[in-house]
Amino acid sequence: MDKIFLILRREYVSRVKKKSFLLATFLTPLLFGALYALAIYLSVTDSEEEFNIKVLDQSGYVGNHIEDKGVARFEVINEPLDTAKAKVKQGEGFALLVIPPLELYQPKGIVLYTNHTPGLELEGDVDDAVELALEEAKMDKLGLNQSTLDSIKTRVKIASKSLSGESATSGSSAIAGAVGTLSGMLIYMFILIYGAQVMRAVMQEKTSKIVEILVSSVKPFQLMMGKIIGVALVGLTQFMLWIILTGAILSFAPSLLGADPATLAEAGTQVSMAGNGGNAQAMQAIDKVNEMIGQINLPLIIGSFIYFFLTGYLFYAALFAMVGSAVDSESDTQQFMLPIMLPVIASVMMLGPVIKDPSGDLAFWLSMIPFSSPIIMMIRIPFDVPMWQLALSMLLMVAGFVTTTWMAGRVYRIGILMHGAKVNYKVLFKWLMSKD
Amino acid sequence: MQDILRINEISKSYANHQALSRVSMAIPKQSIFGLLGPNGAGKTTLIRIINQIISSDAGTVTINGELLNPAHVRVIGYLPEERGLYKKMKVGEHLLYFAQLKGLGRKEAVTRIKAWFKKLDIPDWLDKKVEDLSKGMQQKVQFIGTVLHNPDLIILDEPFSGFDPINANIIKDEILELREKGSTIIFSTHRMESVEELCDHIALIDNSHKILDGPKKDIKNRFRSQTFSVIHEGDMGALDSHYQVVNTQSLEDGLLETKVQIKDETDSNRLLKHLIAQTKVVGFNEVIPSINDIFIQAVKEATHG
Repeated sequence: MDKIFLILRREYVSRVKKKSFLLATFLTPLLFGALYALAIYLSVTDSEEEFNIKVLDQSGYVGNHIEDKGVARFEVINEPLDTAKAKVKQGEGFALLVIPPLELYQPKGIVLYTNHTPGLELEGDVDDAVELALEEAKMDKLGLNQSTLDSIKTRVKIASKSLSGESATSGSSAIAGAVGTLSGMLIYMFILIYGAQVMRAVMQEKTSKIVEILVSSVKPFQLMMGKIIGVALVGLTQFMLWIILTGAILSFAPSLLGADPATLAEAGTQVSMAGNGGNAQAMQAIDKVNEMIGQINLPLIIGSFIYFFLTGYLFYAALFAMVGSAVDSESDTQQFMLPIMLPVIASVMMLGPVIKDPSGDLAFWLSMIPFSSPIIMMIRIPFDVPMWQLALSMLLMVAGFVTTTWMAGRVYRIGILMHGAKVNYKVLFKWLMSKD
Repeated sequence: MQDILRINEISKSYANHQALSRVSMAIPKQSIFGLLGPNGAGKTTLIRIINQIISSDAGTVTINGELLNPAHVRVIGYLPEERGLYKKMKVGEHLLYFAQLKGLGRKEAVTRIKAWFKKLDIPDWLDKKVEDLSKGMQQKVQFIGTVLHNPDLIILDEPFSGFDPINANIIKDEILELREKGSTIIFSTHRMESVEELCDHIALIDNSHKILDGPKKDIKNRFRSQTFSVIHEGDMGALDSHYQVVNTQSLEDGLLETKVQIKDETDSNRLLKHLIAQTKVVGFNEVIPSINDIFIQAVKEATHG
């Protein structure tokens, strides 16, 4: 056991000290931070250009209702069309909005004359402003006012509750789907990136011919496990550092930009209100999101995530180690890599169908088979999986990685000492079955 | 002399060939034991079994009277023929890693590494990366890694390959010194001159069978064929029926060398007397077979007999 520790420590230390590891570990959160900072910067600083738009209202509906909207600043004028056009052409104002005499319920023929093509944002703002003005005109005509309208508006909260499980946690499919997808994708990335690293490490030890010295001191199985665990710890370290550093950067970045949290929150609200919504609607949306997050069984998700993250990695890393021990060069790995990668990639491709029907047959079976269960089960968990299914999947996962590790150990002990042998599936099988 | 290692009726087969067939041998303590044999004879398989890298199909191995077990890893130092180092690791860390895998404590290991560096006249390489060393330097580091934990039994597979003659000599002296200090060395090689020079026992394996073993002196005696080399001036003439001329070749200065084999009970003195009567003898000595000759002859006999 202490030999496994020596091996995994060497593996860990030598990887963590690598420049590439340090770069990836520290630059990735910086990148996140920079993106976030950019987003904040763009929403906080009011550097947006405003566009002066002359409104020539020939209908009589829009002129007295139109209000500034987003980047559009309106100025109602009363001039002949040709004069107005000429003025804009000479640079007086950015654009000319012409509302022809129109039928209130079928508004047609509205034109925006400009010197330069307007941006999408401006076009949207003008659209919205005209629509709002027309709606108000209609309200006037019907004798309605804002307070009447507000009293009609009704807010209902409907909580969806699952019938299975005593906890009866209510789920919201959107958030559940997002959480499931995120955890599934993280496991997928971890398996592929670090599994391949295990394979490369095993292969390098074999080709650099250090392995025979090592196996005269430790059992091949110890060597393999030390490697697999060492690489796993490197991966976990990187993930933890990413989380911590990104968290730190995200909490410090705003103050670095000179914005205090209050204005930020305000900015956030403004952003969420940017649509065609009123204050009430925005509040409702925020409530809903908070509520949904509260509904998710966070301890269960985090616990299962760590479980499937590790067992899934162990399951595949053993297979990767097996391939690494059998071949002499990277190019020989191709034929063995495909069958290993295929189930991993297929699991990710099944993401959509599984989210659509999280308790269907497909989802059930894929979350039981150890080849796909780490990814698929994580997608299902936020949608409330019956406890017996989760337990069975976890048990099968243990059986799965014990099996692959056993197989890998058997191939490994022979493979690492074989140089120049032409390896195919038949040979692998022979090694697997050969006696000690 | 006590035996440190006894190999008893070891057999091992792979899927499609027999690597060792009922091989037995005993390796005396404090000896330098040459394990010889053509390529593919089974030497590496035997060495791997002793190192518990693979296990035998049948037979036993005992070290100091105990059946081979995992604790023996500490007792053995193994330098395989196929050997390498982690290129990116520092020399000091690397040696420390090897020593710790053998069960040595960190402090003890560091002291010994420094002592070996001094002994082998190695400058301060502790913080140098392995990839920055020349091949010969790397070989020295590997040798230190093999003996760092003071093993009782040191197994060296082609230890001199890759060494220049100067460094090979340094290693040779170290091997002799290790033996003086009580270690036993098993030495597998194709270089017969180093076997001749270093080994006091040899065993010869061919085609999975052990065909020869024992003290080098005894084996050499066994292969003596009562043949003498005679250097003489002028024709030797016909010898009588007790003797047989094997061959004659001319040397420089008109001298001739004739190899004469004694066919029956007579001894070298009588031969010499007989020769003196026939020709002018300049030199006379027994032809002692070299290990190389023995190797070739034994393998030939094993293959054809």
